[in-house]
Amino acid sequence: MSLGAAFAVQRGSLHLEVDLAVEPGRVLVLLGPNGAGKSTVLRVLAGLLAPDSGRVALGDLVLDEPAAGQHVRPYDRPVGMVFQDYLLFPHLSTVDNIAFGLRSRRVPRAQARDCALGWLDRVGLIEYAKAKPSNLSGGQSQRVALARALIGSPELLLLDEPLAALDARTKLEVRADLRRHLAEYAGATIVVSHDPIDAMALADEVAVIEHGRVVQSGPPAEVARRPRTDYVARLIGLSLLSGTGEGTQVRLDSGVSVAVAEAAHGSVYVAIRPEAVAIYPTQPHGSPRNVWPARVASATPYGSAVRCDLVGPVPLTADLTATAFAELGLAPGSEVWATVKAHEVEVYAR
Amino acid sequence: MSDPDLLERGLRPTSATGSRWRRRTPKVVSSQRTGAKIPLALLIPAIVGIAFLVLPMVGLLIRAPWSELLVRLAEPEVGQALRLSVFTATLATLASMVLGIPIAWVLARSAIRGRSILRALVTVPLVLPPVVGGVALFLVLGRRGIIGAWLYDTFGFSLPFTTTAVVIAETFVAMPFLVISVEGALRAADARFEDAAATLGANGWSTFRRVTLPLVAPGIAAGAVLCWARALGEFGATITFAGNFPGTTQTMPLAVYLALQNDPEAAIVLSLVLLVVSLATLTLLRERWLTRAR
Repeated sequence: MSLGAAFAVQRGSLHLEVDLAVEPGRVLVLLGPNGAGKSTVLRVLAGLLAPDSGRVALGDLVLDEPAAGQHVRPYDRPVGMVFQDYLLFPHLSTVDNIAFGLRSRRVPRAQARDCALGWLDRVGLIEYAKAKPSNLSGGQSQRVALARALIGSPELLLLDEPLAALDARTKLEVRADLRRHLAEYAGATIVVSHDPIDAMALADEVAVIEHGRVVQSGPPAEVARRPRTDYVARLIGLSLLSGTGEGTQVRLDSGVSVAVAEAAHGSVYVAIRPEAVAIYPTQPHGSPRNVWPARVASATPYGSAVRCDLVGPVPLTADLTATAFAELGLAPGSEVWATVKAHEVEVYAR
Repeated sequence: MSDPDLLERGLRPTSATGSRWRRRTPKVVSSQRTGAKIPLALLIPAIVGIAFLVLPMVGLLIRAPWSELLVRLAEPEVGQALRLSVFTATLATLASMVLGIPIAWVLARSAIRGRSILRALVTVPLVLPPVVGGVALFLVLGRRGIIGAWLYDTFGFSLPFTTTAVVIAETFVAMPFLVISVEGALRAADARFEDAAATLGANGWSTFRRVTLPLVAPGIAAGAVLCWARALGEFGATITFAGNFPGTTQTMPLAVYLALQNDPEAAIVLSLVLLVVSLATLTLLRERWLTRAR
């Protein structure tokens, strides 16, 4: 069933007003800075917060319609949610955490347990069935939380910053894992994130939320191409390139090779943040990193930095301090060398 | 902060500490602190205060008739009073839990208006002299009391001077200890676990039973211990509302008071028993639960 949610809600000084639609099997990523109202959207959809006006419906099932006095309680909604720090019940074992939703719906204990064990197996944690959440790593907790949310076969799956609590290394692995599970999931999914890489990796659609409003939405590539606000522009300052992983080298579609720290195989995205790009007037020698010739296409002041768009074998965006920019004597048209350390290159499955 | 290593650790960005522990605040300063030198102006009153607290108990031990202790303890009155005390204090604790945990939940979780007034009302018995509590109970539940008269007329049933009255008096005085302790535990517990339970199909009662209760169990245990200890030592409300009848309403504190007037040695023995029971309970439960409640 497709989700249609158009509602308004006031939370303190935040006035949230959104209009979202997600088809079954699709993933919508809500992208936005902290305090933009992303998590509040999820709380409304989960039924934990009643909207002030508007309508939330899953197919024919109206979940919220304040004008008609309609509000379905969270425990009566076909909605699964993965919370930001997972909130696995600390007093229950992993398998009991996963079985919780079935037990709530009066599934007999043995049957609920069997089903939960099946899910544990699916997320590759069968040997942790009796472990308490405090003994799981962040990545493992995330997988248990996902299984716990999915076991009740919800029509709508909500994930609140599913990767934010993980360290960089785990994140990569868990993100790929999450992608696979979301691809298998038949219902509609909404993921809240402030990390553009998550959006690029997980989303079929992106909606950027700022100050309680959706300022831009569309397919991730589309949103990235034409930023409409400063926030989106900063997000897409990220250079996103596609290529094929060959171990610690990625061959871009343009033919150029990029050295990466994590071995990658198959179709991948390579993402480079503007802060990770260093500029030199002459070709630097002797360090094992990515070095490409480039030409400054444009330079615009950006906060205390200068954002330079570079053209060359690898199109990049680089942030320089104003001092560095002046000292290098740069101007549009300048020929420079751009370098990026291998471990600053994000690489993830396409 | 001259130690460079300490500085370095203090200034390390959160992204470096990474992972799911990042909300933990660095303990650098407090863990590096060695015991502070105690100013004399604090040290002397502290020593006097500790002596003041400990000496009476030492006195009790010194004056105890150790040679005939066992004989004294074997006297039926002692056993009777002790059994009655433990029995009534336990019932009062159970009653306090059945009534007090829901009160704590309402105070900590619900959004009803006048919560602070409600909290003040509930905790009045904490500061109320127990004798006044006993008088108040008598006026309400006594044979001519507001509810008591109706009870007597309808069921021919009179509460005062019964063991039930002892339990009621103890519950009245001790329940606020449990309420306050459990409310604190509920406030400290992360309410988002309850949100998580709701999204997993658990209604309010089911969430309370399967998530909230287990989360605050250490707080409930701590509150129950306080409540039990308070009930065990209850004197004023009990003697006012329930009287002082051996076997039915004469609990240990009442027996101690009575014995002190005609048989001081018996009073010492009874006091010693109470002291041992209290200390044993406290140490036993402290090991088990109280430390975890923090």
